[in-house]
Amino acid sequence: MSPVSRGFHRRSRPDADPSRVPPGQYVTTDFPVLSAGPTPRTALDTWTFSITSAGTARSWTWPEFRALPPETVTTDIHCVTRWSKLGTTWEGVSLDTLLAQVGYTGRFALAHSDGGYTTNVPVADLTGGRAWVAYSYGGQPLAAEHGGPARLLVPHLYFWKSAKWVRRIELLDHEVPGFWESYGYNNYGDPWREQRYSND
Amino acid sequence: MDPVDGNAIGGLLIDVFGTETTGATLVCATCGSEGPAAQLVVYRQGPGVVARCRACSNLMMVFVRMHGMTCTDVSGVADMR
Amino acid sequence: MAGAALQQRLTWLVATVGEVTDETPRVRTIRLDVPGWPGHRAGQHLEVRLTAEDGYQASREYSIASAPGEPLEITVERLDDGEVSPYLTQEVRAGDLMEVRGPIGGWFVWEPADGGPLMLIAGGSGIVPLRSIVRQRDRTGSGAAARLLYSARTAADVIYAGELRRPADGVAVTYTLTREHPAGWAGRTGRVDAAMLAQVAWPAAVNPLAYVCGPTSFVETVAAGLTGLGYPTRRVKTERFGATGG
Repeated sequence: MSPVSRGFHRRSRPDADPSRVPPGQYVTTDFPVLSAGPTPRTALDTWTFSITSAGTARSWTWPEFRALPPETVTTDIHCVTRWSKLGTTWEGVSLDTLLAQVGYTGRFALAHSDGGYTTNVPVADLTGGRAWVAYSYGGQPLAAEHGGPARLLVPHLYFWKSAKWVRRIELLDHEVPGFWESYGYNNYGDPWREQRYSND
Repeated sequence: MDPVDGNAIGGLLIDVFGTETTGATLVCATCGSEGPAAQLVVYRQGPGVVARCRACSNLMMVFVRMHGMTCTDVSGVADMR
Repeated sequence: MAGAALQQRLTWLVATVGEVTDETPRVRTIRLDVPGWPGHRAGQHLEVRLTAEDGYQASREYSIASAPGEPLEITVERLDDGEVSPYLTQEVRAGDLMEVRGPIGGWFVWEPADGGPLMLIAGGSGIVPLRSIVRQRDRTGSGAAARLLYSARTAADVIYAGELRRPADGVAVTYTLTREHPAGWAGRTGRVDAAMLAQVAWPAAVNPLAYVCGPTSFVETVAAGLTGLGYPTRRVKTERFGATGG
């Protein structure tokens, strides 16, 4: 039995609206930088974003991508490392807009990023106004350390699913676990059901 | 956030390998370079701990702790002595 | 160096806080009474675990500030967004309980048999394990020549200032401040760079043994600088904190 350390307690933010904070999370006003590797630096003149599906591929250069209709998103984000950040603002292109330009099949998606990171998300969770490829945070171009030039943004799932430095979404007819999912993190990742690990 | 080095995961390495490991020499399975575990490039702020080769940046070890266990992937290490 | 002996898996030991000393406005040294503590080597860490009343636990590693054989001490710097360091630097007092395990680390260590001349380079709270090395050198009567280059933001941020003002015999201390240039300051100012190292560090010809500790970017710059002066890689030991200095 560990002795109690007098006066020590977990972080708390009593002023946060509890209905916006999923179980096991605490609210931060910082924006922690979490990474599994060095920050990629991709020049915009070589950057492309692609959606691939069973032999077909659709690709956008940066100018083509930025010519697509933008959306502004204000949302809460929840990291599996237990911090949540409320009221974040982003600008990006909706996956609905991007997928509408692709004739695709497949119910599963695997996102691929510069640096080799991958994460999987059901296609259903990328549609219906729930996912974007975001290039701006807080009114500023997305910083490289936070995933710029562009990152996936899927805020209804744990934030490891919002792949930084995203370059491609591969549509599949079977589920392929991404980087953290392969090590035991949950294939779905709903913060409100606290789906951190597989079997949660 | 900047990565740290293998010194910072000394306790984790003892938990996993059962002995002091920061002084062990690791050989990278990707590029073949050698160095002490203390010099691994360690990213530890995320869902798991990732240790990369200082020379080539490829993955050497990944540690994920969940439900009281530590899952360890050392497939990026060709040799440890 | 002494062979890495097989070590038992570390077990948590109960620690009682003894004296606490505020070294600077953000940094506190905590003396710990740990029955069963197995001892340590200069440069090693220990891990601290705190338990809240509701059972919540958090643990962090800290460099051991004391030399082997001295009362066990750690020195902790407060990180503003930290969970453990604000507690350790502001709340903790004599009689409080926590758990520790260790010692941890076997590469970034110095023992008298390793000799010198020692080149110790600290960025911010990177001074902590180097202080253990300096004190071990002093306690054992090691004749190794030693130079310490200590980079801090301001004069008020210099940890162990009183102790370093009375340096152990033969340790030449150079300070550099990076955010301040106080009137009458006798030390250097500005970040440690290749030019400063060329002036302050032992020349490679004397075969120095270097220990560099601090934030990652500081260590990268200094290690590259020492390599540039001709220090072989195996004679430069490095320990990196995160950007916030541990």
